[in-house]
Amino acid sequence: MSRLLLALFAAAFLAAAPASAQNVVGTPANPAPVPPRALELEMQQMLTGGRIAGRVTIPDERAANLIQPAGQSWRDFHNTTLTWVGGIAILGVLAVLALFYMTRGRIPIEGGPSGRTIERFNLLDRSVHWMTASTFVILALSGLNLTFGRFLILPLIGPEAFATLSLWGKIAHNFLAFPFTLGIVLMFLLWAKDNIPNGRDIAWFKAGGGLIGKGAHPPPAGRFNGGQKMVFWLTVLGGAAVAVSGYILVFPFAFTDIAGQQLAHMVHGLLSVLMIAAIMAHIYIGSIGMEGAFDAMGSGQVDLNWAKEHHALWVEQEMARGRVSAPPAGAAAAGD
Amino acid sequence: MARMMFLCDAERCIECNACVTACKNEHEVPWGINRRRVVTINDGKPGERSISMACMHCTDAPCAAVCPTSCFYTTADAVVLHDKDTCIGCGYCFYACPFGAPQYPRVGNFGGRGKMDKCTYCAGGPQQDNTAAEYAQYGSNRLAEGKLPLCAEMCSTKALLAGDGQIIAQIYRERVQQRGYGSGAWGWRTAYRLEVQS
Repeated sequence: MSRLLLALFAAAFLAAAPASAQNVVGTPANPAPVPPRALELEMQQMLTGGRIAGRVTIPDERAANLIQPAGQSWRDFHNTTLTWVGGIAILGVLAVLALFYMTRGRIPIEGGPSGRTIERFNLLDRSVHWMTASTFVILALSGLNLTFGRFLILPLIGPEAFATLSLWGKIAHNFLAFPFTLGIVLMFLLWAKDNIPNGRDIAWFKAGGGLIGKGAHPPPAGRFNGGQKMVFWLTVLGGAAVAVSGYILVFPFAFTDIAGQQLAHMVHGLLSVLMIAAIMAHIYIGSIGMEGAFDAMGSGQVDLNWAKEHHALWVEQEMARGRVSAPPAGAAAAGD
Repeated sequence: MARMMFLCDAERCIECNACVTACKNEHEVPWGINRRRVVTINDGKPGERSISMACMHCTDAPCAAVCPTSCFYTTADAVVLHDKDTCIGCGYCFYACPFGAPQYPRVGNFGGRGKMDKCTYCAGGPQQDNTAAEYAQYGSNRLAEGKLPLCAEMCSTKALLAGDGQIIAQIYRERVQQRGYGSGAWGWRTAYRLEVQS
């Protein structure tokens, strides 16, 4: 009897249930609550730059990313931004240098070579410079190959030869990063103290430096003038940033996730093409652009007249210490 | 020719990971690489869904667009494949891929990237079909044998569908109509710029 009553109560309760169904918790709802929508989530993550990620049972956390729309922006950066910025920066600097050479020609030593020399960079200075410089050139060429080789070299030599070239380029890029970084650190230790900017550099820049300024000598400079200090800090700071971002890419996932690697590549690529453009100007001035300049990093001995024109204060210091070579017999008297 | 696609019906996927295992076994995929994986979103919360994901063989494939050596190509079935002989393992396709498909054996300098490996839609690579050389580099070539990818073929709940895009989209639409709900075709907007009504 009591069972029948219980059943009746239950039936009455169930009949009343729909009215209060909204308040029931803990029972499985069917159909399930509104599921996540693929379309909306993909749109939303694309607009906010986020990722759709979850949990995976395979022991590889990297696999937990389901969709990362940031790859599309990285693609745009690599295929459009980097190609254009790099192309314009490098071709632009080349064009400016060619134009400058055609209008002004080689900047001569105004007083003519004196025949007397003064040591500007010792063997350690020059070794560090050329270690950094030679690795930089290979790093730059193998790096540019990844962005431009596909359009410039691949059609010329075919896919197999290009793959071999690029593979060796990648291996060289990865290994030479270490001597390059060492060079950056050593350059900082050797030359930072003489590269601290000061008021003279402003006057030097106002006068157009040793290259652009016409007629009168550029304002006197110490061991390094404003332009050289600019190249120094660009190399040291830019080189450090390129090295750090590069190591993040050489050791994937050692330091950061995919978003960090995309950012590291963007920093690495942009800074690299800008440094390549700037260093091309540096190479120009140090070779065909200016008479007497190459000796500084060649033999290390520069002509006294060149040194006086570009580094008057430094020459004074060095002469006071008696570090200038004796004039060769019959040589013209030094200018000034 | 068909336009091959993958579609994972998240309402049916039970996260059994059989597709992951079948793929690894079929192609003898190296240790540390999973061409396919199952991701569970909203794990333990209302609206939890599991989605099996691999290379989606995109229409305008980002991997191919950024590859420095142009090692990618699209087959007549719209399957995106790559040539491991011209791949240099730079990692660019991994940065660009929306689905995290490209992976690299750690055989390069300092344990860095070797040649990239990804889902081939069971269609091998540029080597001659069903040769030992093709198997060693890319795994088996079921498509050349007239079979669809193994992951989808052995899916116990038929959550994972592979085949011509129009046909599998139609199957999915019918399912959604019949049961009254669905979360949509995951990755389709990103990979194919297509929207499947659900």
